[in-house]
Amino acid sequence: MKWFVSQDVIKAPIQDILERGSGQKVRRCYQCGKCSAGCPMSFKMEHLPNQIIRMIQLGMEKEVLSSQTIWLCASCLACTARCPREIDIAEIMDFLRRRAYLKRVKPKLDAKVLLFNKVFLWNVEWFGRLYEIALIGMFNMFSLEFFKDFSIAPKMFLMRKIGLFPALKINRKEIREIFKRSHKVGLDQKDK
Amino acid sequence: MKYAYYPGCSLHSTAKEYDLSTKEVASALGIELVEIPGWACCGATPAHLTVQSLSIALPVKNLLQAKNMDAGDVVTCCAACFSRLKIANHFMETETEKRKEVEGIVGERYEGEVKARHFLEVLTKDLGLDKLKTKVAKELKGLKVACYYGCLLTRPKGVTGIDDLEDPRLLDDLMGTIGVEAVKWPYKTECCGASFSLSKTEIVLKLSGDILEMASDEGAEAIVVACPLCQSNLDLRQGMINKKLKKSFDIPIFYFTQLVALSLGIAPGKLGFDKHMVNPVKLLKKKGIIA
Repeated sequence: MKWFVSQDVIKAPIQDILERGSGQKVRRCYQCGKCSAGCPMSFKMEHLPNQIIRMIQLGMEKEVLSSQTIWLCASCLACTARCPREIDIAEIMDFLRRRAYLKRVKPKLDAKVLLFNKVFLWNVEWFGRLYEIALIGMFNMFSLEFFKDFSIAPKMFLMRKIGLFPALKINRKEIREIFKRSHKVGLDQKDK
Repeated sequence: MKYAYYPGCSLHSTAKEYDLSTKEVASALGIELVEIPGWACCGATPAHLTVQSLSIALPVKNLLQAKNMDAGDVVTCCAACFSRLKIANHFMETETEKRKEVEGIVGERYEGEVKARHFLEVLTKDLGLDKLKTKVAKELKGLKVACYYGCLLTRPKGVTGIDDLEDPRLLDDLMGTIGVEAVKWPYKTECCGASFSLSKTEIVLKLSGDILEMASDEGAEAIVVACPLCQSNLDLRQGMINKKLKKSFDIPIFYFTQLVALSLGIAPGKLGFDKHMVNPVKLLKKKGIIA
């Protein structure tokens, strides 16, 4: 793929912002490609992990945040374990997703992972623990795949693999308070 | 031996058989597991993809809960919970500035002092395989399995640190101790697709299908796991994998605790074999392991 990268883009601050926020030294990457070679999701990615790192070095924040790649990372940490420059690439992917979340940038094609994360966290915020029926129901409803997993869901229910009621005996007020305060603090996303 | 037990959401739902068999093994070996009262979800992958402070604060909240119980280290069976607890501890130990902000969120001081352990470590390191061997009532001879570790048990280096990153041995050694043959295979630490189970099912079918295929090619009759997400992707979705890849895999996916429990002479009825999608009883009967 050929890109024309203008001077303005190269001067964009994303590399510094990422290094400050995540503590990862993106500058150290010398493009050996080991992260991409071991990545189980690379077969689906439009930009490979090492290309994402190069794009950050070149200041291409917009392209990186709206890429499908960052939402395809499975957080398996194989790249992090193998990087000869000791860069935590999975942490960089996390940072980018959190930045995309904060800036409300959605991936170009498929935002299902984003939807899943949102529904999952609502679920935990509300019930304290995962309440599977609500999670699956809400995810199917909002993703407009109403009958997804209908081949296994009733069986799981009969095997009592998913319960009918949410768990009790949790201090839900406390958990909701943690959610509220966490969203305010954010930690790694101080730079605009 | 006493531990604070953090089951995690999966062990109370899709992985009930893991919870059942863990408790059976623990009580047979004199390991006391005291469940953390009012424990909450660790936030799992969605939290660390969304807000960093939340992904640290939720595990810290649970670790603090355990601290107040005074029951020793926290033990969990879920590789994902284990990873989140370890990462939160590592963060609170090393990020001295950001730590204060997390302490503000949970409303208590915490510097990573409550250790998080995986139940696999408790069996192989705290108790030790030599001691376990003396308690084995019957070796499970004739069973050939592939030990599948997945991603989060061993990675990242220096955080979970329970075994070698590329060629972990803990499960293999444990299986050897109870008489099960662990085959050599190259997919020990490949990824099953993990939390994409709902959001990107087609990817899970491919990745988990590859794992089943490799295990079967290398002569394994079953796969042994230590993570509820690996188990559900390989077991629950095996029928869909067969349909999609036009295969006829019939590979039971065991939790290591289920096989250890059988070797200790615990009745199979107590181990939740009826909660598997791929029936494991057939294979166990064929091998003469259960009647």
